[in-house]
Amino acid sequence: MTDPNRERYRIRETAFYLFTQQSLPACKPVLTPGWVITIFLFMGLIFIPVGLVTLRASHSVVEIVDRYDIECVPESSRIDKISYIQDDSIPKNCSRFMKVRKYMKAPINIYYQLDNYYQNHRRYVKSRSDKQLLHGRKYHDTSSCQPVELNNGQPIVPCGLIAWSLFNDSFTFIRERAELKVNRKNIAWKSDRDHKFGKNVHPFSFQNGTLIGGGKLYPKIPLSDQEDLIVWMRTSALPSFRKLYGRIEEDLDVDDVIVVNLMNNYNTYSFGGKKKLVLSTSSWLGGKNNFLGHACIIVGCSSLVLAIVFTLLHLKYRRPYGDTSYLPWNRKSLSG
Amino acid sequence: MGGGRRRKRSFSRIHAFTCGKASFKGGHSLIGGPGFSRVVYCNDPECFEASLLNYGGNYVRSTKYTLVTFFPKSLFEQFRRVANFYFLVCAVLSFTPLSPYLPVSNVLPLLLVIGATMGKEVVEDWKRKKQDIEMNNRRVEVHQGDDVFEHTKWMDLKAGDIVKVEKDEFFPADLILLSSSYDEAICYVETMNLDGETNLKLKQALDATSNLHEDSSFQNFKAVIRCEDPNANLYSFVGSLEFREEQYPLSPQQLLLRDSKLRNTDYIYGAVVFTGHDTKVIQNSTEPPSKRSKIEKRMDTIVCFLFAFLVVLSIIGSIFFGIATREDQENGKMTRWFLRPDETTIYYDPERATIAAILQFLTALMLYSYFIPISLYVSIEIVKVLQSIFINQDLQMYYEEADKPARARTSNLNEELGQVDTIPSDKTGTLTCNSMEFIKCSVAGTSYGHGITEVERALAWRKGSHLAREMMEVEGKIEEFKEEKLSIKGFNFVDERIMNGNWRNEPRADLIQKFLQVLAICHTTIPEVDEETGRVSYEAESPDEAALVVAARELGFVFYERTQTNISLYEFDPVLGKKVERSYNLLNILEFSSSRKRMSVILRNKEGKLLLLCKGADSVMFERLAKNGQEFVKQTKEHIAEYADAGLRTLVVAYREIDEEEYVEFNEQFTEAKNRVSADREEMIEEVAGNIERDLILLGATAVEDKLQNGVPECIDKLAQAGIKIWVLTGDKMETAINIGFACSLLRQGMNQIVINSETPENKALEKSGEKSAAAVAFKASVLQQISEGKQLLSSLSKKSEAVALIIDGKSLIYTLEDDVRDIFLELAIGCASVICCRSSPKQKALVTRLVKTKTGSTTLAIGDGANDVGMLQEADIGVGISGAEGMQAVMSSDIAIAQFRFLERLLLVHGHWCYRRISSMICYFFYKNIAFGFTIFFYEIYTSFSGQAVYNDWFLSLYNIFFTSLPVIALGVFDQDVSSRLCLKFPLLYQEGIQNVLFSWHRILAWSFNGVLSATIIFFFCIRAIQHQAFREGGEVAGLEVLGTTMYTCVVWVVNCQMAISISYFTYIQHLFIWGGIVSWYIFLIAYGAMDPDISTTAYHVFIEVCAPARSYWLLTLLVLIASLLPYFAYSAIQMRFFPSYHQMIQWIRSDGQSDDPEYCHLVRQRSLRPTTVGFTARFEAKSKSTKERDRGH
Repeated sequence: MTDPNRERYRIRETAFYLFTQQSLPACKPVLTPGWVITIFLFMGLIFIPVGLVTLRASHSVVEIVDRYDIECVPESSRIDKISYIQDDSIPKNCSRFMKVRKYMKAPINIYYQLDNYYQNHRRYVKSRSDKQLLHGRKYHDTSSCQPVELNNGQPIVPCGLIAWSLFNDSFTFIRERAELKVNRKNIAWKSDRDHKFGKNVHPFSFQNGTLIGGGKLYPKIPLSDQEDLIVWMRTSALPSFRKLYGRIEEDLDVDDVIVVNLMNNYNTYSFGGKKKLVLSTSSWLGGKNNFLGHACIIVGCSSLVLAIVFTLLHLKYRRPYGDTSYLPWNRKSLSG
Repeated sequence: MGGGRRRKRSFSRIHAFTCGKASFKGGHSLIGGPGFSRVVYCNDPECFEASLLNYGGNYVRSTKYTLVTFFPKSLFEQFRRVANFYFLVCAVLSFTPLSPYLPVSNVLPLLLVIGATMGKEVVEDWKRKKQDIEMNNRRVEVHQGDDVFEHTKWMDLKAGDIVKVEKDEFFPADLILLSSSYDEAICYVETMNLDGETNLKLKQALDATSNLHEDSSFQNFKAVIRCEDPNANLYSFVGSLEFREEQYPLSPQQLLLRDSKLRNTDYIYGAVVFTGHDTKVIQNSTEPPSKRSKIEKRMDTIVCFLFAFLVVLSIIGSIFFGIATREDQENGKMTRWFLRPDETTIYYDPERATIAAILQFLTALMLYSYFIPISLYVSIEIVKVLQSIFINQDLQMYYEEADKPARARTSNLNEELGQVDTIPSDKTGTLTCNSMEFIKCSVAGTSYGHGITEVERALAWRKGSHLAREMMEVEGKIEEFKEEKLSIKGFNFVDERIMNGNWRNEPRADLIQKFLQVLAICHTTIPEVDEETGRVSYEAESPDEAALVVAARELGFVFYERTQTNISLYEFDPVLGKKVERSYNLLNILEFSSSRKRMSVILRNKEGKLLLLCKGADSVMFERLAKNGQEFVKQTKEHIAEYADAGLRTLVVAYREIDEEEYVEFNEQFTEAKNRVSADREEMIEEVAGNIERDLILLGATAVEDKLQNGVPECIDKLAQAGIKIWVLTGDKMETAINIGFACSLLRQGMNQIVINSETPENKALEKSGEKSAAAVAFKASVLQQISEGKQLLSSLSKKSEAVALIIDGKSLIYTLEDDVRDIFLELAIGCASVICCRSSPKQKALVTRLVKTKTGSTTLAIGDGANDVGMLQEADIGVGISGAEGMQAVMSSDIAIAQFRFLERLLLVHGHWCYRRISSMICYFFYKNIAFGFTIFFYEIYTSFSGQAVYNDWFLSLYNIFFTSLPVIALGVFDQDVSSRLCLKFPLLYQEGIQNVLFSWHRILAWSFNGVLSATIIFFFCIRAIQHQAFREGGEVAGLEVLGTTMYTCVVWVVNCQMAISISYFTYIQHLFIWGGIVSWYIFLIAYGAMDPDISTTAYHVFIEVCAPARSYWLLTLLVLIASLLPYFAYSAIQMRFFPSYHQMIQWIRSDGQSDDPEYCHLVRQRSLRPTTVGFTARFEAKSKSTKERDRGH
């Protein structure tokens, strides 16, 4: 055995000894006032600036929200919106005006927002067949798609409640009589397009049943290219959600008025849901949401306050070194 | 077999008290009747009649399972736990459409948990199996017919076999002694494994069979034994032997029990009567009670509470779900049409909303199962096994001399070690080594012997004064001396004035000579001469007797032979000036008895003079001195008091010369008394003996140290400082017990003693009168009165905060343990600083232990070494066996075995404290992390109209408990230390945290649960507010269900692991590895799982790489949630630590300030004891200094 080997052996021996005797070298931090105050101050000093930056990012986002579900129903039909929306004979087109209040830099994301829509209901979430989406009709076991599984004994592709209830309002945007170009590609996750929705799978027997749910699909286009469906099929986490519709790839100037021609097809009236159209730019953090910024600032401020209060208390009161009188067993014996 | 022949003698001749021969009486008439139906055909086990009886073999099984019963039995054990059963139900339900997740996420953790526990069972049972195999394959010589004896395995023995057992072998089954190497067919038996008594017991075969000395005698031997059926009573046996067509009665005197050992006898022949599970010792072994710690019991309660809480949550959820489902259809029209309420299953049917709600309740029960930590039980078991390994490995509890480490035999009581309140302790072999050492003597008013007792040493150490230095010098001298001479068992006497024959030069050499003669002659030991070296060793009934004979031997009076009538010594004759052989004609032995408290021998010396040599307790001896024999009474009494205070056992030595006439008269009376066959025989003997034991001439006194084990006083002092009460429960005499009480500072001078003793003259008189019931009533009344007197004394003294000790004897204990007296007795006992129960039987020991355990509800730890302590060890919450030289019985039935009493200090104060702290923190933390996780799931349900959709991926759910958060908890449970072992021992009061259960109080459990709810609230609401509906990435993508789930899960993993990091204050590499490793492993898992085929990873596919990792808000949110969730706890603990530190935190302060070596500083924190009245030498020292101060003030 060479010397370095023996040395290593010895070290291993001692380490094992220390381990079994439970006396390994250890870091034993104690919450001394110095540490406590430093940590609080540090937290405060980190989180307040971070909060301010975050808030700024959120404020830099320009967002136009337009609720159209009521306005787009003719006055006369507003009493019974449900029969209006279910009546296929009535044309559903509708025009909305949106005024740009702040300069919006391209790309501008177009979202539709639904409220009170439980895409996260267990029955709804489970009602799909990932295998069928990928492999098409070759995959037969679609029992998970109940109750939208078969139509006259023919399998439905794509099956399941989610696909069946596909959102089918459509929007066109006109600025100063010229149609704005809306890019409807790349709105879905790449992994979904490449690995979850088959390139050779075409819709089959879709929306052919007695009860038509939502939108229809182009029978000739493979599912992997039907991005609206892919977006829709990523179920939302909360009952109020937005989904990406497309992107406007031109800047919008202040006071531009955008005319939106939309087809108000989708029924949210029967369950009291709202429909909104949202145009929004995005910052490095994403969309407009002040919560993150506010929360950071609150956490930072409370850390600072705690630091100050703790310092004051610490300076005012003597440290209770030997004072064992309030320990539980002493308290008990005093009272007893 | 010359030795056997040589030792042939009539024992009944010299001894005053011997038991009479067995005769047909009482129980023998029952033979053949019910309960007494066993028939054994000796030497013919194969005969037709015997095969009809078909008694079981000698195979013994102690394992819990067999190969066949293992699966059903251990599975049953597993699912008896409520939590496991619940998870089993969940696992079954998860295969139905009710399940909110894939079956695997429920089955996998359950399988892991059950598998691990069952694996542990297998390992434990295998150990037992190996022991069984060893035991069953031991060999013994068995008669195979035609006088051939062959070695046969124990397990092949049958009732009726004739076996030959050799010296120092164990008996393989219960045998009837037929004959032995002695002509009188006696044999000596050591029953240590049965009752813990170390002295040898004499057994004697029937005269009828006593002549079967050779193997060949059994060729035609035939006999039939009829006896009682197998039972557990060790001390009774009724049977008869039919031999050569005559009936002989059998009694316990002929019964040799399995597990006892043949001693001092070359061989015996015996007939097997009871085999295997019929033997008395195995009948006696009760199923070891399965003990569970208090913490675990409370934990079960919490699990039940959690379960109730879970049910409540589920009910609330299902009600809301029912309402939402009913509203799905209004006036025949669908509202939430996208759920297709028109074409639905029973689970979502709006028209049958009530049933849907009830089914939803089951779903919710499964979904919220994450509130109940499935891995808690298995984690605790793993942790405890590891903790026990640490206990076993501790070098400071390793007894090098005997190569015995501590051994935690059951691991499920580790944390209970940190909560011990009362220690019922055995004395012999536990506090003491059970070896007596002659250490001092006082002859003719001069005290000899420099030895220092353990007590004196302890006191001196505590004082740290000049005395200690003095002692060091003396000890140095002794050490020097010892180096020259090998240490001799039983002899620790150092004094050059009388050693090596120097006593001749002392002023009263004649008295010293007489004194040593008495020591060498006045006893009942049997010498054994080693033929090679010529050294003499002694076999004595009690070790203190042996110590005196050894002392005489070492000082030049070597007793080497005892015959029927003679005692022979080598002794130094100062007149002749050389060593001579001298033998004394032994006439009578007046034996020791507890009432006489003395023994004498009467002999005739060479000159023909009649001498009575006597030794006895000072209380009886001084009053028997002659007027002219009191020369040194004053000095001797002083010396005796000194010795007693040093914890020594003293005996007064005296002699007298007897006239011929007086002796003749005495002998007549004595013989008459001995031959009497009436009830008052013993009294008669006592009276006659008492008449001659008078007018004695005082020679001096001996002091024998009942040697305390090393470090016992220090250990007791530490334990007393920690607030642990120590009760001594011993089978010894009251005097001995009190001596030891003094020796280990449980008693001290000036302590008020309440003595409850039933051996009062009146009681004796009553007993004699023969009216048993009247005597019992009177006894009880007197005991009651003594108790109430004691209580009065106690209440008056407790105001003055003076310590009181309670000493009670076994007979009184019988009455105090009766139902109506128990409570008052206990009240009295609890008020006393120390309690000593003497003359208590094994059963009483167990009863006292049970009384303390059940009535006060505090944790008891029984410690003992002998089989007589087994009951106590099993009854107590924790049984600690001393694995000393004694038998293994106590160790086998103990929960933890240590080699020395002093290791108890480290076992309790260090390991106990740590284990208690670890387990309780661990459980609290477990509930915290599961509540935090469970609530995020529940909160999410609010946003899914309680449909039962889990926010997390199925695999995230199942791996939470068994992977990402389990290792840090186990690290906490195995390695955490609040205070280092050195400081644990320096501040024993820290132990009170366990006794008062500070760390596992309801208060603390609730606080941790609340913290869990708080964390969950912060995590959940921060996440859903931050990831609302807006884009969460620069590219404008919005977050779906899988993103929210992943983000929230990331936050939970971070928060829960970091919460662990800030709540412990001990980081080794292991902690770092596990805590940070837990977090890192989550990311690794997420990447690996996300990279798998979408079939497997489903919603988690590429979720981290593609979606979350590039999103800055994901990282920022994680950081924010982490800090926000930890901030409340951090602020709380900072304030608590600074302004209301608990005891361990105070010690942490001291350590971190580097002032743990500053004695004055420590003194501030180091409250010496919980109560002002306590025991231990610290208290003794304080009491002493207090009284000195008072005296000074008085002057």
